Amino acid sequence: MNPIYLEASVVVFGLVLLMAEAFLPRVDKRTFGWLGVAGLLLVLVLSFFVTAPTEAAPWQRFYAFDSAAMFYKRFALVTTILVLVMAVEYVPTLQKYLASATPGAGVGEFLCLPIFACAGLMWMASAIDFAMIFVSLELVTISFYILVTYTRRNPNSLEAGVKYLILGALSTGFLVYGITWVYGLTGHTSLAKIGPALLALQGQDTAIFFSFALILVGLGFKVAAVPFQLWVPDVYQGAPTPVTAFLSVGSKAAGFIVLLRVLDVFLGVPAIVGKIGLTLVVGAAATLIYGNFAAMPQVNFKRLLAYSSIAHAGYLLVAITSVLPHPGSTNPPVPFGETIAFYLAGYLLMTLLSFIIVIVVANQSPGDDIAHFNGLSRRSPFLAFALLIAMASLAGVPFTVGFFGKFFVFASALAGGQWLLIGIGALSVACGFYYYLKVVRAMYFQPVAAGADAAIELGGPTKAIIALLAGLILFLGIFPAPALDLYHASVKPAVALAK
Amino acid sequence: MKNIFLYLLILIPLAGAVAAMLGNSARRISLLAAGANLALAVLLLAGFNSPSDDPFRYRAAIAVLPALDLKLLVGVDGLGMMMVLLATIVTVCAVQLSPEVKDREGAFFACLLFISAGCIGAFVSLDLFFFYAFHELALIPTFLLIGIWGHGERLAAAWKITIYLALGSFILLLGLVALYLAIPAEHRTFDLTKLYALQAQLAQNSGASLVPVEKQGWIFLTLLSGFGILISLFPFHTWAPQGYAAAPTPASMLHAGVLKKFGLFGLLRVAYPLLPEGAQACSKVLLVLLVGNILYVGLVTIAQKKLDLLLGYSSVMHMGYIFLGLASLNIIGQSGAALLLFAHGLSVAALFAVMGILRDRLDTTRLEDFGGLARTMPLLSLFFGMALFASIGLPGFANFAAETMIFFGAFGADSLSVKSVFDFTPLQWTVLAGLWGVVISAVYMLRAYRRIFFGPLPDTLKSPPDLTAAQRWPFLVLIAGLLVVGFYPRLLVDVIKPGLQPTQPATPARVGVAQR
Repeated sequence: MNPIYLEASVVVFGLVLLMAEAFLPRVDKRTFGWLGVAGLLLVLVLSFFVTAPTEAAPWQRFYAFDSAAMFYKRFALVTTILVLVMAVEYVPTLQKYLASATPGAGVGEFLCLPIFACAGLMWMASAIDFAMIFVSLELVTISFYILVTYTRRNPNSLEAGVKYLILGALSTGFLVYGITWVYGLTGHTSLAKIGPALLALQGQDTAIFFSFALILVGLGFKVAAVPFQLWVPDVYQGAPTPVTAFLSVGSKAAGFIVLLRVLDVFLGVPAIVGKIGLTLVVGAAATLIYGNFAAMPQVNFKRLLAYSSIAHAGYLLVAITSVLPHPGSTNPPVPFGETIAFYLAGYLLMTLLSFIIVIVVANQSPGDDIAHFNGLSRRSPFLAFALLIAMASLAGVPFTVGFFGKFFVFASALAGGQWLLIGIGALSVACGFYYYLKVVRAMYFQPVAAGADAAIELGGPTKAIIALLAGLILFLGIFPAPALDLYHASVKPAVALAK
Repeated sequence: MKNIFLYLLILIPLAGAVAAMLGNSARRISLLAAGANLALAVLLLAGFNSPSDDPFRYRAAIAVLPALDLKLLVGVDGLGMMMVLLATIVTVCAVQLSPEVKDREGAFFACLLFISAGCIGAFVSLDLFFFYAFHELALIPTFLLIGIWGHGERLAAAWKITIYLALGSFILLLGLVALYLAIPAEHRTFDLTKLYALQAQLAQNSGASLVPVEKQGWIFLTLLSGFGILISLFPFHTWAPQGYAAAPTPASMLHAGVLKKFGLFGLLRVAYPLLPEGAQACSKVLLVLLVGNILYVGLVTIAQKKLDLLLGYSSVMHMGYIFLGLASLNIIGQSGAALLLFAHGLSVAALFAVMGILRDRLDTTRLEDFGGLARTMPLLSLFFGMALFASIGLPGFANFAAETMIFFGAFGADSLSVKSVFDFTPLQWTVLAGLWGVVISAVYMLRAYRRIFFGPLPDTLKSPPDLTAAQRWPFLVLIAGLLVVGFYPRLLVDVIKPGLQPTQPATPARVGVAQR
C-alpha cells in the first residue's frame, strides 16, 4: 500500500465521523470518540503494511518516506488514540462548560477535531519541503486553536485560547519569514535542493544564519523551548486537559521532527555550524534551567506538567547539541535521531499516563491542583500507583522508560563533550526529583481533604489503558530494544528523494 | 540459561513485594520471601568454594540492547557473594523486627523488599548499567518509607535523603558513562568481566591500561564524588543521620546496613580495578576526606543528645575506616575494607534495631530521658552491649578483625623502612589520625550505654517489657554472625580475596618509597 493513503484515510475518516455526528443526533456522543479510537487503531495497523512505491512519483518531492517518518506517523496515531480516550473521559467536565439548549451539542466535534490534527502531524512527519511543512503545521495549529479554547464558558480556557492564537500566529509569522529568506537565497523550497544551494552561496553566512534563526524561532514555539515558552503554563492550565496532553506530546514531537529535518540541511553549511551550535547550547541550557527551576514552586498539576514539558524540551535539545562537531574530542558526532525518537516515545507514555489520571481525578475532585491529589493512595490505590510510576519515569528512575531516555541523552552529551549542559543537567535532574516527588508526597503522605474522600470510580477501558501505559513504561525501562527496533524496522527500501 | 539462581535472588523479593501489596498477611509473606532468599544465599555460599578458574560464579545473561552490548549479566565473586549474604541476613532481621504497621501494611513491606531486591541486584550485576540501575530501584521506596511511616521531621528528611541520593546517583551515572566512553571505541562494553579481561590482557602485553592514564584522574574523581555521596563521605554526609533518624526502624537497618555499602562495593568493583592510576592520583584527596569522616564526624557524634542521631553519625564515621582500607591500595587493607562492609552492616543493623525498639516502647530517643533500663530490659541491654562492642571494634567481633587488617594494611606496607615519624607517608599519618577514631567511638558509645541502661530508672519510664520471643532471634543471628566472623575471619577473607587480587595496580607508587 502506498504510504500517502495513511493520511488520506485519516482525513476521510475524520470527515465521515463529523458528518455522522451531525446526522445521528440520538446517538450518545461518546460513541464517536470510541469510533475514532477504533478507526485510528485500524490506520495504525495498516501502517505496518505500507511499502515503498517502486517508482518515483511527483509527490515524493515533498513527501519523504523514511524510518523517521514512519516512526513519527505511528507516534501521532498512538498519541491521538490516547487523547481520544481521554477526551471521552473528559466529556462530563466538557458538558459543564458547554451548557446549551440541546444536550450534548458540541461534544461530537470535540471528539472529531483531534483526528484532523493527527493527519497534520502525520504529514509533518513526512514533510521535506517548506511548503509542505508550513501547510501541515498550520493544519495542526488551527485544529489546536479551536480545541484550546473549546470550553469557552471557562475564562481560563478563553485566556489560554487567546494567548495561544496570538503567540502561535506570531511564531508562524517568524517561520514563514524564515522560509521566505531561504527561498530568496536559494530559489528552492525543497530541503533536498536547499542544502546544495546553500553550500554554493559565497559570503552569505549572515543571511543563511538569519534565515535559520527565524525558522528556529517558529519551531522553538512549537517545542516550548526558552525563550519561546511563555505561552506554555497558561495555555496548558487553561486548555481542556485532553487538549493539553495533545499539545504537550503531539505539538512537541512535530516540532522536533521538523527541527531535525531542517537542522540536517543547515548543519551541512560549515560556515554557520559554530553559530548554530552556540544557539542550540544556550537554548538548551536556558530551557533546562527555566523549566526545572520554575516547576518547583507550582501548585497546579497541569501547570507543573507544563513546566515539566519545557524541561523535557531542554533534555531533547541537549541530545541535539551532541551532533555538533566539537574540538578536542576524538569521538565522532553522535547521530541523535534515535535518541530523540526514543525519548519522545517514553515522554508520550509517561505524559499521557499522567494526563489521563489528572482527568479521572479532577472529574471526581474539586479541581486539578496538586492538593486535590492529597490522599489519592486511599481514594484509589491503583491510580496512585500508576501515577507513581509515571512520576518516577518523568524523574528518570531506572527500570522506567524515562531513565533510558535520559541515559541516551546524557551518554550522547558526554560523547559530544557538552560539559556545561551536563553540569546543568545534573542540577535539573535533582530539581526534577523534587517536583515530581511533590506529587507522590501529596498522594501518599498527605491526609485526604475532608469532604473529598470518596473512592474514585474508574471505567473498565480507562483502567485497562492506564495499566497498559504503566506496564509499557516499566517494560521499555528494562527492555528498550523493541522501541528502538520500531524506529529502525520502519526503514524500508528508501525511495530516492526528490532530485 | 543454566544458572537462574542469581535471578531468583532478585525475583524472590520482587515477587514477595507484589504479593505483600496484594495479599492480606503482608508480614508473613515478606518474612517468607526474605527467609527463602537467605536460604538460597547460604546454599550459593556453600557451593561457592568449588574450585574454578572463573572468579565469577553462577553467571547468566539476558540480552537487553544488543546494539550497545547491554545485557542483564549476573555473577558473583567472593565479594559479591559476601554482600549478597549481608543483604539477605539484614533483610530477614529487618522484616522480623518491623514494628507493627497499622497503616497500609502491604505497601510498607513491599517497600522493604524493593530495597532488598535493588541491593541484591546491584551486588550481583556484572554489567555497569544494571549495576547502577538496580541501586536506584531503592530510591523511591526509601522516600515512601520515610515520608509515610517515618518519625519526627519525616518530610524534611525524606526530601533531603532523596534529593541528595538522586544527585549522587546522577554524578555516579556520569562517571560510569565517562568511563565507558574513555575506553577505546573497539573495546567499549558495559560488561565488567570483559573489561577486567581486557585490562589484564593489556597490562600483560604492553603495560598499558584500558582507560587512558590522563583521563583516569578525573573519571575516578567523578566516581568518588558520586559513590561518596551515596556512602556519606565527608562533606556529603549530612543526609545520613537525619534520614536514618527519621526512617522507620527496618528502613534504617537496611539503608545503613546494606544500601549504603553499595557505594563502597562499587568503588571496589569498578573504580579501583579499572582506574588504578586514577586511584593513585586521587589518593591524597580521599585521605583528607576520610580523616574528616573519622575525626570531624566522630566529634560531632560525641555531641549528639539523641540516640537516633548518635547512631546515624556513628555509622557515617565508620565509613571513614572503610575508605582508609580502600586508600591503602593493597590487598590486606582492601580485604579488611571488604570485611568491614560485612561487619559494619551487621552491627549497625543491630544498633538501629535496638534504637527502634526503645523508640517504640518509650516514645523518646533523647538520651537524658533514659536510665536504668538494664533492670527492666536485660536482654535488650545485652544485645545492645554486644552490638556496640562490635561497633567500637572489640576483639572477638568481626569489626575488630576488619579494622586490624585495615590499619595494618594501610600502615604496614613499608613500615620497616621508616626510621622516624618524619619519614611517614601521608597514608601513615592518616592511620595515626584514624586510630583516634577508635577512642572517639568508645567515648560516645559507652557514654550512651551508661546513660540508657545504668543509673536510676526515671519514674516517667513505665517499666517497659523486654524483648518478645519473636524479637530475639534476629538479634541472635546478627550477633552470632559478628562473633563467628570475628573469631574466624578467614571464613570470609578466603572467599573475598581471590576476587580482589587481580584488581591491584601493577606498581603502587609507594614501592618506590620503600626502596629509597
